[in-house]
Amino acid sequence: MSGALLKVEKLFCERDERVLFDDLSFEIRSGEIVQVEGANGSGKTTLLRILSGLSRNYEGEIYWRGEPLAAVREQFHRELLYFGHQPGVKALLTAEENLHWYCALHPALDPARIAQALQQVGLEGFEDVACHMLSAGQQRRVSLARLYLNDAPLWILDEPFTAIDKGGVAAQEALIARHVAAGGSVVLTTHQDLQGVEALRRINLDQQSGT
Amino acid sequence: MADRKASDRKWLPRWFYQLASPRWCYQITGKLLPVFSIAALILLLGGTVWALAFAPADYQQGNSFRIIYLHVPSAILAQSCYMLMALAGAIGLIWKMKVADMVAKSCAPVGAAMAVLALLTGAIWGKPTWGSWWVWDARLTSMLILFFLYLGVMALNAAIESEVTAAQASAVLALVGLVNIPIIKYSVEWWNTLHQPATFKLTEKPAMPVEMWLPLLVMVIGFYCFFAVALMLRLRNEILRRERRAGWVRDLLLSK
Amino acid sequence: MADLSTNPATVRPDPSLGGLFVAALKRELLLSLRRKSELVNPLIFFLMVVTLFPLGVSPEPGFLAQLAPGVLWVAALLATLLSMDSLFRSDFDDGSLEQLLLSPQPLFVVVLAKVLAHWMLTGLVLTLVAPLIAVMLFLPAEGMPGLMLSLLLGTPTLSLVGAIGAALTVGLRKGGVLIALLVLPLYIPVLIFGTGAVQAAVTGLPLGGYLALLGALLALGATLAPLAIGAALRISVSG
Repeated sequence: MSGALLKVEKLFCERDERVLFDDLSFEIRSGEIVQVEGANGSGKTTLLRILSGLSRNYEGEIYWRGEPLAAVREQFHRELLYFGHQPGVKALLTAEENLHWYCALHPALDPARIAQALQQVGLEGFEDVACHMLSAGQQRRVSLARLYLNDAPLWILDEPFTAIDKGGVAAQEALIARHVAAGGSVVLTTHQDLQGVEALRRINLDQQSGT
Repeated sequence: MADRKASDRKWLPRWFYQLASPRWCYQITGKLLPVFSIAALILLLGGTVWALAFAPADYQQGNSFRIIYLHVPSAILAQSCYMLMALAGAIGLIWKMKVADMVAKSCAPVGAAMAVLALLTGAIWGKPTWGSWWVWDARLTSMLILFFLYLGVMALNAAIESEVTAAQASAVLALVGLVNIPIIKYSVEWWNTLHQPATFKLTEKPAMPVEMWLPLLVMVIGFYCFFAVALMLRLRNEILRRERRAGWVRDLLLSK
Repeated sequence: MADLSTNPATVRPDPSLGGLFVAALKRELLLSLRRKSELVNPLIFFLMVVTLFPLGVSPEPGFLAQLAPGVLWVAALLATLLSMDSLFRSDFDDGSLEQLLLSPQPLFVVVLAKVLAHWMLTGLVLTLVAPLIAVMLFLPAEGMPGLMLSLLLGTPTLSLVGAIGAALTVGLRKGGVLIALLVLPLYIPVLIFGTGAVQAAVTGLPLGGYLALLGALLALGATLAPLAIGAALRISVSG
């Protein structure tokens, strides 16, 4: 199957009177990893939010599996995992409760895998601790546990390695590599030097911004 | 799998899509502006003179009732303007049309001003009739609430920094308000009958002689023309401001 | 792991919408109950506002009894309004709202559950406590059923409409007074029919009409408000 998963055509976005990117077009196929690069404030997070459908302040067209995004939104959301700037974790709930809610929101997920997912991010024993009692890194790991729960084809990850230690980074890189090998796709931004990951394509936003 | 473009759906007339171009809108309002300005001037001047000098005095209220020639048109306009604002907002939301957003944003202050005019003229009418500057009459109270709705839309628009988001949020609010307007009117009327045993209404009696409602009609049409002028002026400004980085705007401003 | 590049032909069937509603409701109630200190605030506010009137105007029983229906309703309305800002704010701040908007499940259901949870902890509590506070305003005993029934039917509508304002302003840093500006005009019909019901009860007239009107407003709100709330949330997160 060689059709593009996600196709972006002539994307234009401006914010605060500054054009972030203009006439941006690219495709993401299965089995690809795409890293979005650019200086701080160049619009990396904005682009990721547009790709995930959170932001609608853009001009241009986005297609998911060949259909306009607006027409297949529900299916797209089934097949997307978005890891955003904020962890999406409620401080007053425990790690388990947070992930149970995530499974309620994504009915294709199996709640029985929650315990194993938490173990794989190194939070074994912390499942029933309220998240406000965890460190910032641990809270991000609760959110990262979703990567072990959700087999969605497209992963959009915004700075997934922030506040994670070296061992954790290696584990995440391995996970991403496995996901891509099985046919999934990943779009991410990161300041880290990705070492264990091959087949990396780069999109540099500094070269994209219009005048 | 063929890629379907969103613009493949062309079941609306061509002029609708033409409207979406700010530049085209700017040009066409430029042509319409003098027409409407002259019409407004003639109708308003003529109507006012007719209303003040030539229309017969009301047998009960004497000459003070002549204020309805300002009150009724402004009340009608305040309501029409809200509907236009909500409609333009809806079009902007559904079809993502910048021009529709700009129309909605231009409508709000004009409509609010009309509402204030209606309230002031209503108060002026009330003074000789009731002896007080304000009375909690059903129509005045509804107009006051309509004014609040306008203020809400304007406040929300001003509070959100991103233009696009502000326009979308204001459109949602305007639509929610639109749905509520009949409910508010009904509830205020009901409330009024409960608390006001008054038999005399501020509205004109339904059977108005021709000599009275003809100048009123002239004034109403004149007000609509004036509203069109005010709206177009604001819209043109808004277009220039939003599109200031476009080539045609730069050429336009440089040629002046 | 299965090949992920093809279009998934079979997906595990959705759990029922009822299941999602209950899960969302439980989550909201759990979150609120773990922040116990804030639960009583609307109630205290209600009591304080009511106290302002005898202090600011006159403590004379006959006079207060006349004011009572209106004052109780206005106080309940303001107490509900003040608690609306926090409805979506915490989810917006920690990113949970984004995840909610990216869910393939219908937003309508979750929004309804959130508003219901909010009402259970503000409007419902106010309804139950109102008769006690009404005694302080010398509301006659005949007015109590009218007071409770009108609040029971009216406060959910207040929560629903207030949630629209909360959703529109959740992206702003200081939403507080702005929500009031947006929402108060829309509260007026509920206020009018609610106080009308209490007045009718006090004077011995039948309540049915007012309650039916309040019920109709609630039905309209319950069907249309979640749509507006969902649209407003998407707009706020988008910007």
